[in-house]
Amino acid sequence: MSTRFSFVLSLSHPMSDSTHSLSDLCTQVRRDIVRMVHGASSGHPGGSLGCTDFLVKLYFDEMQINPQNWNMDGRGEDLFFLSNGHISPVWYSVLSRRGYFDTAELATFRKLNSRLQGHPATEEGLPGIRVASGSLGQGLSVACGAAQAKKLNGDDRWVYTLHGDGELQEGQIWEAALYAAHHQIDNLISFVDWNGQQIDGSVKDVMNLGDLEGKWRSFGWHVLECDGHDLSSLDACFKAARAAAGQGKPVVVLMRTDMGRGVDFMEGTHKWHGVAPNDDQLTDALQQLATPLSDY
Amino acid sequence: MIDFISADEATLDGLTRKDTRSGFGQGLLEVGQAHDNVVALCADLTGSLKMNAFQDAFPHRFKQAGIAEANMIGVAAGLTIGGMIPFTGTFANFSTGRVYDQIRQSVAYSEKNVKICASHCGLTLGEDGATHQILEDVGMMKMLPNMTVIHTCDYEQTRNATHAIAAHHGPVYFRFGRPKVPMITDADTPFVIGKARRVMTGSDVTIVTNGHIVWNSILAARQLAAEGISVDVLDMHTIKPLDEAALLESVGRTQCVVSAEEHQRNGGLGESIAACLAQHHPTPQRFVAVEDQFGESGTPAQLLEKYGLGPSAIVSACKEAIAVKQGMMA
Repeated sequence: MSTRFSFVLSLSHPMSDSTHSLSDLCTQVRRDIVRMVHGASSGHPGGSLGCTDFLVKLYFDEMQINPQNWNMDGRGEDLFFLSNGHISPVWYSVLSRRGYFDTAELATFRKLNSRLQGHPATEEGLPGIRVASGSLGQGLSVACGAAQAKKLNGDDRWVYTLHGDGELQEGQIWEAALYAAHHQIDNLISFVDWNGQQIDGSVKDVMNLGDLEGKWRSFGWHVLECDGHDLSSLDACFKAARAAAGQGKPVVVLMRTDMGRGVDFMEGTHKWHGVAPNDDQLTDALQQLATPLSDY
Repeated sequence: MIDFISADEATLDGLTRKDTRSGFGQGLLEVGQAHDNVVALCADLTGSLKMNAFQDAFPHRFKQAGIAEANMIGVAAGLTIGGMIPFTGTFANFSTGRVYDQIRQSVAYSEKNVKICASHCGLTLGEDGATHQILEDVGMMKMLPNMTVIHTCDYEQTRNATHAIAAHHGPVYFRFGRPKVPMITDADTPFVIGKARRVMTGSDVTIVTNGHIVWNSILAARQLAAEGISVDVLDMHTIKPLDEAALLESVGRTQCVVSAEEHQRNGGLGESIAACLAQHHPTPQRFVAVEDQFGESGTPAQLLEKYGLGPSAIVSACKEAIAVKQGMMA
């Protein structure tokens, strides 16, 4: 894993030539998440904090993208689809810090006339969003289509997706899983946020997914596992996923995560799935996340 | 186009009959030939949708989705990212009610250029019965922001409309059917999305209709003409956006209207017309539509008659509308 690298911060930042480690970025994104959800008095901090390391790694170290000249078709670029749209805070933070839009706009999250809708949407034209998500289970189908469009266009870039593990209870996911294998959509790499939690409790108690690895394998996918909070595990996993792709099978990564990761009182419980911190809880959370960059 | 009022029975009986779905199949092949970014998807009903010709001509641009319509709609939305123009094909029932949330979020709200092509609509599906005879699809689709809703009346209009929706940027719900119906338009009859087609001109009552009921409306107008009643007939093939100008121009002359459609009254063409007229030109209206009930097995002709969509029902509705108008004027 490359522990330090250079990137251009979004234009709102004066220190545009700074170098920062991925882990510093993860801490900053976690600060953004709890501040955004606190500012809106609503939103989904648990899953957002749990997927922070993955999305920072994906956008800053893995995908070939062109944030400054964003367009819907994304030809010649890697694409990402967030199927579990309720973890929009982490996506918005990562998109803005990667340069898709000004970080100052994060303050508008979930507020009237904002482009940062409660769940991601295209209607307001926010750069980086290619389809609405929120009603669960639809993103894998859309990603299959986008990956097939890339094949038809002779575009050899990748399509990535992220899904909640609870989301896998939606039947459409398994329709799409069949479709991807049947049509040999091997430019598709999907990640499952395998935190074992959903709104009503643990996934095991609400609707057990059983042998998840066996399910995906029997549907014709190449299956990998990784630790979604260990940047070196993620790094190895991305390399392994791309090595396994392109051989006639779609690839899925079962990514072990903790809901609420990084804020001790939110960690490992479904209770912070969709609840905003109050003023005292925000102060507590921010003390645990020392500012490495600068807040929006 | 023949003069439907003066034509004799033999001329009408001599009209070629074809199914609208075959017009779609031919149109799809043609737009596939014209545009290499046209892609077709089908949920295990390729023959029923007449998509075989496209599949044979462009196998790499034909995507079999299996019996999994929700996924098919999502895949279609994704194919637009990268510039494809996807046409999905299945029965009207499985094109709408079964996949409403997928259309709402991934297509309509996301403003995706997907063409949802729906055959076997309405009662004229016939013997399969009410499980398959959807009569609520227009209502569901017209409620969605960004959605264009089209329902065609014969083979050539359906073929022409397939070209029109390929050229139109934005999501479209395109409804057609299974029975063979007389060809009342020809290849040169203009088809413009959102512009009603005048079938005949009259002065006593306006019939606004579409789909298979255009033919029954013509038969009704002939009966009425024999009784000295002059009928204006508009083929409102585009339910949304509604051609309000054509509607208001016609009722401005006739001062009463009958809507006639193969759909529930709730959510149908007649409801769109009533909303427009209530706001701009309050007008006596009668509705020829299915009255809040499910269909059943039977032949298409039997079902149209039993559920009150036949020529005689349209004739009665026209006379009622005229009577109400005359009562208001008296």
